[in-house]
Amino acid sequence: MSSIPTDMNIINHDAHAHEHHDTGGDTVFGFWLYLMTDCLLFASFFATYAVLYMNTAGGVSGKDIFELDFVALETAALLLSSITFGFAMIFARAQKKAATLAWLAATFALGAVFISMEIYEFNHLITHGNGPQQSAFLSAFFSLVGLHGLHVTAGLIWMATMMIEISRRGLKSATVTRLSCLSLFWHFLDVVWICVFTVVYLMGVM
Amino acid sequence: MSHSESHALNELQTQSDNAATHGSVKDYLIGFVLSIVLTVIPFWAVMNGTLSKPTTFACIVIMAIVQIWVHLKYFLHLNFKTEEGKASSLSFIFSALIIVMVVGLSVWIIYESNAMMMY
Repeated sequence: MSSIPTDMNIINHDAHAHEHHDTGGDTVFGFWLYLMTDCLLFASFFATYAVLYMNTAGGVSGKDIFELDFVALETAALLLSSITFGFAMIFARAQKKAATLAWLAATFALGAVFISMEIYEFNHLITHGNGPQQSAFLSAFFSLVGLHGLHVTAGLIWMATMMIEISRRGLKSATVTRLSCLSLFWHFLDVVWICVFTVVYLMGVM
Repeated sequence: MSHSESHALNELQTQSDNAATHGSVKDYLIGFVLSIVLTVIPFWAVMNGTLSKPTTFACIVIMAIVQIWVHLKYFLHLNFKTEEGKASSLSFIFSALIIVMVVGLSVWIIYESNAMMMY
């Protein structure tokens, strides 16, 4: 049963080889493999944090500096940005340029809110004498949360680039492939953030 | 089969592939609602503080794992239905195994040696 549509699919691919549908799939899968190696980078930062978080060198611990209300707002911004990106992706596949750009702009704004809140938090900690040089706990905290923040910043730069590309060239298949990779990147960062708020903030305050 | 016919079929095939591997509005909405619920519960458990410490700990760990699964399924569209989905899912499972080994074993080794230094 199932072999018939598969065969037809292969024939159709041959007939429409100029569409480069396969290449797009390979690109997205290759990007996924990169994200899996990125997972390992985050995993080693998490392991470092798990080993060092109790070594506060007589300074502040997570309980003293983490504000859960603030973290909940950051999390809300990131979660909302996930669904707005999802809608951008759906409109991009439907070749609706204006709607894609609007949802990408919404995603960018939410990502910018997240990153601004994180910069505010870091700045607040440093100006109150709790910078990364104070203890092993703070070094590990700034490294782990900062690494995630750097990824989100890279995602925002990439998103701005994609918005310019879409507004100038429209939604050609190569552009949609690039947008699919960014989509994976963005949702992946959301998964990492789940681990960050659970392991760093929630367990830190408990 | 004429060219236009095969083209229409191809388009239809692509559309059904899209629904299966790229997610629909419904998928995103289900994922979004689930992830809100799964975020609110652990934050509530910790901020409210009425549950005992081990219960709270178990609660936030379980919620995190379930939420990661929700994100993988509804936002990252991992599946075992298509060839691409299988390849992506298997590479994720492999990475997850490595991560459990790197993080789990590192933490185990360091905490054990720390305990041995104390006594």
